[in-house]
Amino acid sequence: MTEAAIAEISVTDNYEGGDLNEERSLASDAWRAMRRNPMFWVAMTLITVFVLMAIWPSLFTSTDPTNAVLAKSRERPGVDAWFGRDIQGYDIYARCIYGARASILVGVLCTVGTVLIGGTIGVMAGYQGGWADSLLSRIGDVFFAIPLLLGAIIFLVSLPDFFNDNYFLIVLKVVLALVILGWPSLARLTRSSVIQVKPNDYVQAARALGASPNRIVRSHVLPNSLAPVIVVATINLGAYIALEATLSFLGIGLQPPAISWGIDISAALVGLRTTPHMLFFPSLFLSLAVLAFIMLGDVARDALDPKNR
Amino acid sequence: MGTYIIRRLLQMIPVILGATFLIFAMVFALPGDPLAGKCGERPCPPAYAAAYREKYNLNDPLPVQYGKYLGNLAKGDLGETYNGIKVTDQLKLRYPITAKLALMAILFESILGILAGVLTGIKRGGFLDNLVLVSTIAIISIPVFVIGGLSQYFLGVKLGLFPVTVTSTNPSVYELMLPAMVLGSASLAYVTRLTRTNLTENLRADYLRTAVAKGLTRRRAIGLHAMRNSLIPVVTFIGFDFGGLLGGAIVTERIFNIPGIGGYIYNSIRARDGASVVGAVTVLVIVYLFVNLLVDLLYGLLDPRISHD
Amino acid sequence: MTTQDTKPPRSEKTSGSQYTYTPEDGLLLEVDDLFVEFHTRDGVATAINGVSFKLHQGESLAILGESGSGKSVTAQAVMGILDMPPAVIPNGHIRYCGQDLLSMPDEQRRLTRGPEVSMIFQDALSSLNPVFPVGWQIAEMFRTHRGMNKSDALEQAIRLMERVSIPAARERVKAYPHQFSGGMRQRIMIAMAIALDPAVLIADEPTTALDVTVQAQIMALLQELQEERQMGLILITHDLGVVADVADRIAVMYAGRLVETAMVHELYAAPAHPYTRGLLESIPRLDQKGQTLAAIGGLPPNLMRIPPGCPFNPRCRMAQDVCRTDRPELREVVPGRFSACHFAEEVINA
Repeated sequence: MTEAAIAEISVTDNYEGGDLNEERSLASDAWRAMRRNPMFWVAMTLITVFVLMAIWPSLFTSTDPTNAVLAKSRERPGVDAWFGRDIQGYDIYARCIYGARASILVGVLCTVGTVLIGGTIGVMAGYQGGWADSLLSRIGDVFFAIPLLLGAIIFLVSLPDFFNDNYFLIVLKVVLALVILGWPSLARLTRSSVIQVKPNDYVQAARALGASPNRIVRSHVLPNSLAPVIVVATINLGAYIALEATLSFLGIGLQPPAISWGIDISAALVGLRTTPHMLFFPSLFLSLAVLAFIMLGDVARDALDPKNR
Repeated sequence: MGTYIIRRLLQMIPVILGATFLIFAMVFALPGDPLAGKCGERPCPPAYAAAYREKYNLNDPLPVQYGKYLGNLAKGDLGETYNGIKVTDQLKLRYPITAKLALMAILFESILGILAGVLTGIKRGGFLDNLVLVSTIAIISIPVFVIGGLSQYFLGVKLGLFPVTVTSTNPSVYELMLPAMVLGSASLAYVTRLTRTNLTENLRADYLRTAVAKGLTRRRAIGLHAMRNSLIPVVTFIGFDFGGLLGGAIVTERIFNIPGIGGYIYNSIRARDGASVVGAVTVLVIVYLFVNLLVDLLYGLLDPRISHD
Repeated sequence: MTTQDTKPPRSEKTSGSQYTYTPEDGLLLEVDDLFVEFHTRDGVATAINGVSFKLHQGESLAILGESGSGKSVTAQAVMGILDMPPAVIPNGHIRYCGQDLLSMPDEQRRLTRGPEVSMIFQDALSSLNPVFPVGWQIAEMFRTHRGMNKSDALEQAIRLMERVSIPAARERVKAYPHQFSGGMRQRIMIAMAIALDPAVLIADEPTTALDVTVQAQIMALLQELQEERQMGLILITHDLGVVADVADRIAVMYAGRLVETAMVHELYAAPAHPYTRGLLESIPRLDQKGQTLAAIGGLPPNLMRIPPGCPFNPRCRMAQDVCRTDRPELREVVPGRFSACHFAEEVINA
């Protein structure tokens, strides 16, 4: 293949260099590649803004999102309310800002949960092998048989009145549903990473030298399996935000008094013909939030994939 | 090939059992009263509650409950709502509509997706290619209900190209066109990207070099040799993505007011009719499993490396 | 070497296309001062830097060289399967039976691939399409070039598989590439390549991926087929051992140029170029137990920045000042033997 010919040429090119520069690890190479990608900065900016919105909404608005001014219900965007008001008279701008908290919380907690639980189980299964591995794979198959949204619906429908008064507990309920149903996909990922790394000579060498399984996993297996996990976890974060919004949209996820973009979009559909602004702004915020994480994941994947050089 | 089919069929059985058990566990084994939230806003009428307990053996240990539940499932009995409507009757009425919608979505995503993927796969780096890359990321990021709401507004209300909501009880193909496109939008983006990536990889493959060296026309080399290899993962993806389609159908039918199974599930969620929700979702899960099986078999048919040892 | 008396002139052979090719005096292929450049983002690499050779009916020519010498690119240029960007052929001719392949219309050139000139590659597993049965792939030659129907073409495929000694050919014709062993797969590739009775067969490292016993079998098969059909065989390799049995002539390539051409036994007996000498000396021998292996120090040059003078001079033991300034051209040192070295005579007599 002519590509092989070009590759041969490039190999000899490097020889001219000769001197060994700074140590180039995959991580530093990836970091450098990411920094050069403009999408990376766009994504990071968006994410920073949303995280700030989630932690300190008062930085962005002084309006109370729970203050309903019924007289001005469905008001168009104007000086008084920048994004207008929804059916119940809430300031849409304020609700958009405050809605970030639920999304970011759910996204982060779900990702952390699935990575910790799924990742650990996957690494154990992959490393141990044997019947534990087979059992876990079968269990994973069962979970994969149920699409995430459908499973979450069943889960949440069966816990209707639990935790319904406390904001944080409502969020936790949704997180629980998604983590319980979502850990197998990460387990499968880490398991296959481990299985790829395990037969390598340096792992065998470490075992021969008497390193404990713990140490082997920590120092050898984990760093090499990290790349796909990072990519998938980032993309999943965006997906969890979207899932939470979908569940809230359907009325089964977060519910009032929790503020979520999904709830707002659902409520806005009724006035679509005449007051589309109620739909636009929460849609915009939600889309940008999901887009930011998916873009970041894409950028990370390109940076970490050696084939893309 | 025959052994492959039998093997896959046998592997299906534990997965179905496991999935139904998981659903069962979520409905009956979670803390709280299984009857909570099943009868709307108020607690269940005593007659119904008694019949429910009797039928599902709620006073018996869990394994017995599961056995009874499985037995009912096998008989096609998905239970009744609190006002005595059999869930299966409702489903029988509605499934043709959802099937039509899903089929249209699949046709939309496959035909357009493969076409776009092939065009951008052959000619990378052009205007079309960049357009496709950007738009696919955008579509993937925007949750389906947002796409639904926005298309409903722009294409329905503003431009009047499609009906804004479905009004008839047996919707026509034209009425389902916009909902089908919305439903298939995210999958369309994935299919396009997948086809594009696979085709590019296969165009660089050694066997393609051989095909050219054999004196085959470029059309035959790409159209037959490369495409056959590229489409295998795409076909399997479409099958496995079907699960997402089912979840998306719930959202889409809600937005466009389509009287299919999705709409039924949404209305049942709104009405706090847990029995209907669980029954309908269970059916969707089982359908998904069978579609998965079909796709697996198709995969074996298309890729001889899987089915011929 | 040339036995054109035993084979009918090529114009009498029926092929599917309307083009006919007749070798004059048995001369099948003439590569004339060929240049091939690769235009990359980092610069222009000259992969082939003025290569010329001839191939006659019934002759086997081995092109020898290490990675990066340009031997594969030469083969691909002859076949016409280089990706034309980034590859560019700024100069040179490749004449098949007197007609220049490079100036031919694309369609006519395509029709030469298979019926006139054919090629087999190194890795048969990745070079065969994994999703089609092997019989189908062999039969494809007949279906596309000769317009045969499916069953006739398949019959031909079975015959060919039997010819290349694949056991139980009739049953295995429906099998897939991954179900065969490495040696069998290479035989399938060979069957595909000789299906339409080409005049020239190019084998690009056909045995590198196989183990030694299978190597010998495949090389024997190639030799057998070549003699039977009086094909011109171009064998591309880096392995001197493989060359010794099969080739009539050897052309040694270095940095995109031919540095020596000679008859096989003459070259092995007394090489005429320091590079060839180095290659021969670096072959490990049984009576060399315990001694350090001789190797040619250094690395091949960067094809984007070829040094002036003789490209081999940085690594040559005999390099003098003239080697660093004047590029030696390929010249006839002794009748029938060519070398691109200022001091070829000394090398031969050393």
